[in-house]
Amino acid sequence: MASVSMTVNGKAVSKEIEGRTLLVDLLRTQLNLTGTHVGCDTSQCGACVVHVDGEAVKACTVFAAELEGAEITTIEGMATGDELHPIQAAFREYHGLQCGFCTPGMIMSAAALLKENPKPTEQEVRDYLEGNICRCTGYHNIVKAIMAASGQDVPAVAAE
Amino acid sequence: MPKDSVIGTSPKRREDQRFITGEGRYTDDIQLQGQTFAAFARSDVAAGKINRIDTSKAAAMPGVLAVFTGEDFAEVGGNPAGWLIHSRDGEPMKEPKRPVLAHGKVRHVGDAYAAVIAETAEQARDAVEAIEADITPLTPVIDAKAAASDTEHLVHDEIGTNICFDWGWIEDNREAVDEAIRSAPHVTTLELVNNRLAPNAMEPRASIGVYNKGTDEYTLYTTSQNPHLTRLLVCAFVLGVPENKLTVIAPDVGGGFGSKIYHYGEEALVLAAAKKIGRPVKWTASRSESFLTDAHGRDHKTKIEIACEKDGKFIAFRTETYANLGAYLSNFSTVTPTFLHGTLMNGNYDVPHVYVNVKGVMTNTAPVDAYRGAGRPEATFSLERAIDKCARELGMDPIEIRRKNFIRPDQFPYMTQVGLEYDTGNYDATMDILEKQADVAGFAARRKESEARGKLRGLGIASYIEACGIAPSNVVGALGSRVGLYDSATVRVNATGTVSVMVGAHSHGQGHETAFPQIVADRLGIDQSLIEIVHGDTSKIPFGMGTYGSRSLAVCGSAVCNATDKIIAKAKLIAAHMMEAGDAEVDFEDGVFSVPGTNKNVPFGDVALKAYIPHDFPLEHVEPGLEETAFYDPANFTYPAGAYACEVEVDKETGKVEVVAFSAADDFGNVINPMIVEGQVHGGLTQGIGQALIEHAVYDDTGQLVAGSYMDYVMPRADDVPMFDVDHSSVTACTHNPLGVKGCGEAGAIGSPPALVNAVIDALHSGGHKVDHIDMPVTPERVWAAMQG
Repeated sequence: MASVSMTVNGKAVSKEIEGRTLLVDLLRTQLNLTGTHVGCDTSQCGACVVHVDGEAVKACTVFAAELEGAEITTIEGMATGDELHPIQAAFREYHGLQCGFCTPGMIMSAAALLKENPKPTEQEVRDYLEGNICRCTGYHNIVKAIMAASGQDVPAVAAE
Repeated sequence: MPKDSVIGTSPKRREDQRFITGEGRYTDDIQLQGQTFAAFARSDVAAGKINRIDTSKAAAMPGVLAVFTGEDFAEVGGNPAGWLIHSRDGEPMKEPKRPVLAHGKVRHVGDAYAAVIAETAEQARDAVEAIEADITPLTPVIDAKAAASDTEHLVHDEIGTNICFDWGWIEDNREAVDEAIRSAPHVTTLELVNNRLAPNAMEPRASIGVYNKGTDEYTLYTTSQNPHLTRLLVCAFVLGVPENKLTVIAPDVGGGFGSKIYHYGEEALVLAAAKKIGRPVKWTASRSESFLTDAHGRDHKTKIEIACEKDGKFIAFRTETYANLGAYLSNFSTVTPTFLHGTLMNGNYDVPHVYVNVKGVMTNTAPVDAYRGAGRPEATFSLERAIDKCARELGMDPIEIRRKNFIRPDQFPYMTQVGLEYDTGNYDATMDILEKQADVAGFAARRKESEARGKLRGLGIASYIEACGIAPSNVVGALGSRVGLYDSATVRVNATGTVSVMVGAHSHGQGHETAFPQIVADRLGIDQSLIEIVHGDTSKIPFGMGTYGSRSLAVCGSAVCNATDKIIAKAKLIAAHMMEAGDAEVDFEDGVFSVPGTNKNVPFGDVALKAYIPHDFPLEHVEPGLEETAFYDPANFTYPAGAYACEVEVDKETGKVEVVAFSAADDFGNVINPMIVEGQVHGGLTQGIGQALIEHAVYDDTGQLVAGSYMDYVMPRADDVPMFDVDHSSVTACTHNPLGVKGCGEAGAIGSPPALVNAVIDALHSGGHKVDHIDMPVTPERVWAAMQG
C-alpha cells in the first residue's frame, strides 16, 4: 500500500491505495465520485475523462499513485454551486445526452477542447471527440451543444 | 387538448440535471454495506467438454469467500426462450437448457463455467486465474449455414441437430409464391449477409445481489430494460424464488439497445451467492466480457428473390434466411428472426405473393437476440437492397420503382401477405418530403463536383416500415409468445395536487421522465412540474413488460393515458359532490371542473385535497383517494414508416466511403416531444450507419471473437457521421391507440443500412464499376476489391 495526496474538485484528499489502483477506481470507490464512469478496458470509450492539472486525462489509464500533488477536476466539480458550467448547460439545452453514461466524459473532453481551441469548427469538434464514444445520440446534438457552448452558431440543419 | 397543450412541445429533459452533474446512479455506482465482488471464469475455447474444474487453489486465495461451478446450479432451472416457434412440419422448436453456469460443456468463448466471490474485485479476478479447468476442446460450428448441415458437431448433443427451427411464413403461401416466381417476366436474385453486431451500450452490464436472512427477501440491482420481466424469469424459471420475495431494481441504465432486455446467468449467480455468503455480491462486466456475453444482433445469411413485371410492378417476394442463434436461446432470440423479421417482408409495397423461410441455427458463438430494430433491419435490408438491384436491372429510377409499388393511402387498412394489418400510412408523402430534403434534383450537380475532386458520389434511397408497439397479447399468444405484451401505469394524485406516475416502461436514454409528464399534464391541465415519473423498481411500479421494440410511448404511454382518464372520471364524481351537482353534469377542461351554465367550478388541486380528506364524502357512492391503474393491451402493432436518403463519396484510390449527407423522412404518427424524437432518430441512424460502414463482430473459424474490444470492433465516432436532416412532419396518426403515436426508437437503425449500401453501389456504377452488391460493413478493403472487378 502507498499513500497519495491530491486535490480533487478543490478539496485536499489523502488516501491509502494499492500500487495498481487506477485513478478512476480511487475516484469512484474511495471518494464516492461516481460521475466518472468506466465503459471499456482499453482506454478508448472516454467515459472516464477527468482533468489532471487542467489537462484531459482518461482516468482508467493512470495510476493514482502517480498523481501525488495533482489537481483533479471531475464532472462533480464543474458546476459552481447551483450554476452549471456553460458546457453542462449546453448539453441540456441542445439535448446532447440520452442515457447519460458517456456524458461526464464528453463534457470533460469538451471543456478541454474549448480551453485549447475556444472557437472550433464543426470538423474540429468531431475530430477532437475521437476518444469519446457515445452510442445514443449519433453525436449530432453533442456537436451542436459544444458549438453553442463556444458561443458560436450551431450548425444549421433542417427540421429543428 | 387544453388551450396551451404541451403535446408537441420540447421541454428540456428533467433527467439531464443528474447526468450532466455526475449525480446519475447506475448499478455500478451503488456501494452497499459489506459488499463483496464476483468474477467469472470463462471459456477460452468455443466448444469444449468439461472434464474437471478444480477450484481448491482459488478457494484458498486471499479474500475469497466462495467459489461456484456449474454443478452448483445443475438442479435449478434454465433461462428460457420467451417464444415458441413451430417449424414448417408443425414440430415445436428445439429448446436446449441454458444453465446459470456451463455444466458438462462450454459452448462459446466467454461461456462462464465458474465464479468466485471475494472481498474485493481484484481478489475475485486474481482467484479466477487460479481455477484449474480441464476442458477438452471440441470442433466448433460458427457459421449458421454450415452448422445447419453439420450433424457431427452439435452445440447441444441432446437436441440431435443444430437446427432449432425451420420456419415458413406463411407456409400456405409457398406454392403460389414459387409458381409466381417461376412464371414472372423478370426475377431479381440477391444473396446477402446481415452482419453480426455487438450492441455496445456504453454502460457494461452489472448486477448486485442482496439477501436479507431476517425476512428471506432478495433484492437485485441490475442493468435491465424490463425489471419485472427479469424478476419473472429469475423467480419462475431459474431460481424458483417466490416473486413476492424478490425486488428487482434497474436504476439509471446506460443504454440497452436490446442487450439489456434479457436475463443473464450473472444475475442469478449474484443472488444465489448473496444468500450463501450472507452479504451483497456485486458484478460489473468488463468491456471484454460485454463483447463476449451480451446478446449480439443480426447475423443472417439471406437469399432474396423479387419477381416483377417488365415495368417494375412487383409480383412476388421470396426469401430464405439462415439466422445464427448462437450457443443458447436468449429470451427473444427465436421471435427476432421469425415474427419480427418475416412479417415485415411485405415492406411498404402492394405485392400479391410473399413467402419467407427462416432456419434458426445454433452455433458456438455468443447468443444472438434482438438488437435495435430486431428483425426489421434484416427484413428492410434484404428487401431494399434487392429492390435497388431490381430497378437497376430494369433501367428504372430507384424512387420510381418504389413509388410504383407503394401501398396507396386509400388501401388502408391493408392486409399484408405475411399476416400484418397496416392500419395507416402514406409512403408517397414521406418520399415527397425526402426528395426535397435530400435535394434529389440537385444530385447530378453534386456528383459532378465530387468527380472534379476525384471522388465517386452516390445517392442511395431506402423505404422502410416496421411493426412497433409490441404487441396485442392475443395475437402474439396465438403465434407462440409465452408472455403478454401489454404495459401498465399507476397514476397517484397526491393530496396536495402533485402526481406520481408509476410506469412499467423503463427509461435508459429515451426521456420518459420528461415525455410521460407531458401526456399527463395535457390531460389533467396541470403544470408538468407537478408530475413525477417512477420507473425501474418492481416494488414501486405495476407489472409491466418494459422498454424495447419502440413500444414505450405507444403501449405504456397509452396505459398512462387510460389511467389518467380514470383519474378524471373519479375526480368528476368528487367534483360533482363538491359543487352539489349531478355526476353527469360535470365538465373538465384546462384543469378545472365546472357545471356548464352555472358559475360553479373547482380546480383540480381542490378535488385532489378533498379526495384525501373525505370528511363529508358520500362514501356509498365514491371511495376516498385518487389513484388509478391501467393495463393497456394494444389492438394492433403500430407501423412507423418512412424514406431515407444517404449520400456518400467513395475514394477511388482507397475505397474509403464517407457519408456526406443523410436525410430521413419519417412518419411516426403524432409526436409528443420533437426534441426527443429527433434525438432518437439521430442515434438510430448512427447505429445503422455503423452497421453498414464499420461495425462487425467477427468470429474466426475457431470461434474466437476477433473483434472483441474497441481496438478492433469499430464503433461510430463523431467524425464518422454528418449532421443529419430529419423530418417527422408527415403524420398519419395511429388509428388504435389514444395518443395516435407509433414509436421512433428503432427507425433510424432500420432504414439507414440499405440507404448507405445503395449509395455505395450507385457511386461505384457512376465510376463504371458494375457491382451488384457489397456485404456490410462496406470497408475500404471490400469496396476497393469490388472496384478492381
